[in-house]
Amino acid sequence: MEVRGSTVSPAETMAGNALLDEVRAQLAQIPLLGWLCGTLLATAVEQTVGESLAKALSLPAIPGLFGLRIILSPLFEILLAVIQYRRDIPGLVASLKTIAPDLALIPGAVAFILLVYILPTLIVARLSAPLTNRLAKWLLDRFPLWVSLLLHLGLFYATLHLWGDISEYRMLILRFILISIILTLSLNLVNGYMGEFSCSHPGFMAMGAYASSVLTVLFFVNDDVFGAPLLPPAIGPFMFPLALIIGGLVASVGALAVAIPSFRTRGDYLAIISLAFMFIVKSVIENLEIIGGPRGFMNQPKWANLPIVFAWTAICVWMIYNFTRSTIGKASCAVRDDETAAGAMTINTRRTKMVTFLFAAFWAGVAGGLFAHVMGYINPGTFGVLKLSEVLAMVYLGGLNSVVGSIAGALGLQLLMEVLRPLELWKWIVIPILLIVLMIRRPTGLIAFTEVKIEDLLRPRQTLRSSAQVPGEGR
Amino acid sequence: MPLLQVKNMTHFFGGLRAVHNYNLAIEPGQVRGLIGPNGAGKTTIFNLITGIYRPTEGEIILDGKNLVGFQPYEIAAMGIGRTFQNLRLWRHLTVLEHVKLARYSKIRYGLIGALFGTAERYREEAEIEERAYRLLEMMGIHHVANQVVINLPYGTQRKVEMARALASEPKLLLLDEPTAGMNPEELTEMVQVIRQIRDELGLAIFLIEHRMKVVMDLCETIQTLDFGEVIAEGTPEEIRSNPRVIDAYLGKEGVA
Repeated sequence: MEVRGSTVSPAETMAGNALLDEVRAQLAQIPLLGWLCGTLLATAVEQTVGESLAKALSLPAIPGLFGLRIILSPLFEILLAVIQYRRDIPGLVASLKTIAPDLALIPGAVAFILLVYILPTLIVARLSAPLTNRLAKWLLDRFPLWVSLLLHLGLFYATLHLWGDISEYRMLILRFILISIILTLSLNLVNGYMGEFSCSHPGFMAMGAYASSVLTVLFFVNDDVFGAPLLPPAIGPFMFPLALIIGGLVASVGALAVAIPSFRTRGDYLAIISLAFMFIVKSVIENLEIIGGPRGFMNQPKWANLPIVFAWTAICVWMIYNFTRSTIGKASCAVRDDETAAGAMTINTRRTKMVTFLFAAFWAGVAGGLFAHVMGYINPGTFGVLKLSEVLAMVYLGGLNSVVGSIAGALGLQLLMEVLRPLELWKWIVIPILLIVLMIRRPTGLIAFTEVKIEDLLRPRQTLRSSAQVPGEGR
Repeated sequence: MPLLQVKNMTHFFGGLRAVHNYNLAIEPGQVRGLIGPNGAGKTTIFNLITGIYRPTEGEIILDGKNLVGFQPYEIAAMGIGRTFQNLRLWRHLTVLEHVKLARYSKIRYGLIGALFGTAERYREEAEIEERAYRLLEMMGIHHVANQVVINLPYGTQRKVEMARALASEPKLLLLDEPTAGMNPEELTEMVQVIRQIRDELGLAIFLIEHRMKVVMDLCETIQTLDFGEVIAEGTPEEIRSNPRVIDAYLGKEGVA
């Protein structure tokens, strides 16, 4: 069926295009519900036969991140070796020999991905499409939107959970990605929707992280500094959301300190003041001995497990989605595009900027709190310029003014950083270069100024036959 | 009592006296014009009335309330809508969003509604949207409602700005050169739109305009401004024949 080879005649190319169109048409019939069923089954396949399949393909273990690291890092190593030993042929050969065993793993990894993820997902999604289409339609027709939404979220969570269950490492990465999504979205509110440039997000994150950590450790943990728990630790997990919210509010109060002086005027003030704020937060924490100073703060109960982090991320995405689609939220876009006109159209520009900024800071604080309770340890060094550049990169990679863009940016960059981790120092050369290329190609990011409506996401897709009929009937 | 009354308004930019002893009284439903050479201070007067600048001296009274010291958004919400000389549209937003946003001060669902998507919010947003569509229909631009403004032709953008100003339900509409940069076709259309607004909505309109034909056609009385001072005021006929106006403005082209 497939058309391959170097000598492709025009007829064959056309056949290839037709095949591609056919594939595309087939895939277009699958609703989101179908894809979720597919990925859920794929992760279930991995759970059951992953281990033995990996062994059969002579892989040391189940590939952690879709085999990306197995595939990419030998290629980068070869590149590095070529750069290093340009003239020195024997040296090059010797180093290539050491890379060879890694290189030999690539076919196995590709086969694993194909057999475990791609094929089961595609097959199940396509075969179940008639059923899932009907189900999606039924859900939307019979129930309010949120019922369908919750079902999709549930399926998605189940997929994540099964996938993460394979290893501790995956569980950790998943939670980091989710936390990054919260951070990126909240920074996008300021840098994208409001059009200001804020650098204080690591500071807000630190405030949220420390505030919630102090609360949980003080009340629920037997700690050297803070003494015996004030409340029975058993109720701790139930009070955890409260600690996170307080952490977020503390960050909002911090945001007030940035907002009041900088929102009197527009321009670069916010960038400068917020950058200063980030450094102030960091050095204040470094000098507060009671919370560990530069050594960091530990003993946080590790309550931020996957369901908790997932739930908070879902709430964050939902709230920011709501906010950005409301006229009140869009006022910040009006302020960004023309503040004078916004004022002349009854928009309270100062309040709009304040609300958006404080709201963003709140979520940065919550993200910090979650981060602290994933790690069980934080230190002020985490919340510095490196973190800032990471979040900024996620925002600008994903795209300004777009909820989907931020999710994609956080996911993409976090995965990239993990995949390139074996490159160590080179990681920080490769990623910036990628970003520079991206900024030249698409200055506002991959998915900028694009909104995806939840209704469109969840709707059933038309089957081929009915979609062919529609134009004929002159709709 | 006039709708808007400006009394002895003077404004300085540093040492420069931009507006001197300016007086104005507009009755409800009146259309008045403001003409004058470039740099005479016409737009400054608009900016003073709408609160972008605060007058050095004088009073601006709308419906018996002194506006001096209020923020632009408060003044706008009290009932003064405006358009700008150089279009000030929100380049990333759609036409519909423009018109909806101008109702910002009338939104009641508040932050809670915005964040949690309450039923009240969806009801209110639907209500605003319906009003917005009606307004767009009146302006004849409902077919581009969901387009981003930056992609629209110039004349349509002007109409969007007008629709946006009207959406805030002003009692007084300030139009800063509504026909600037328009071709003859767009021009006639715009004059019609302004007439329609006056007749159907009964607004008072105060407009700055350079095209004499437009001003003379539309306005009941006209003020002529030169170096921040009113040098003549009267009906179109009076203005046309006033020697000071001809000297300062109308006849300038021949001299220069």
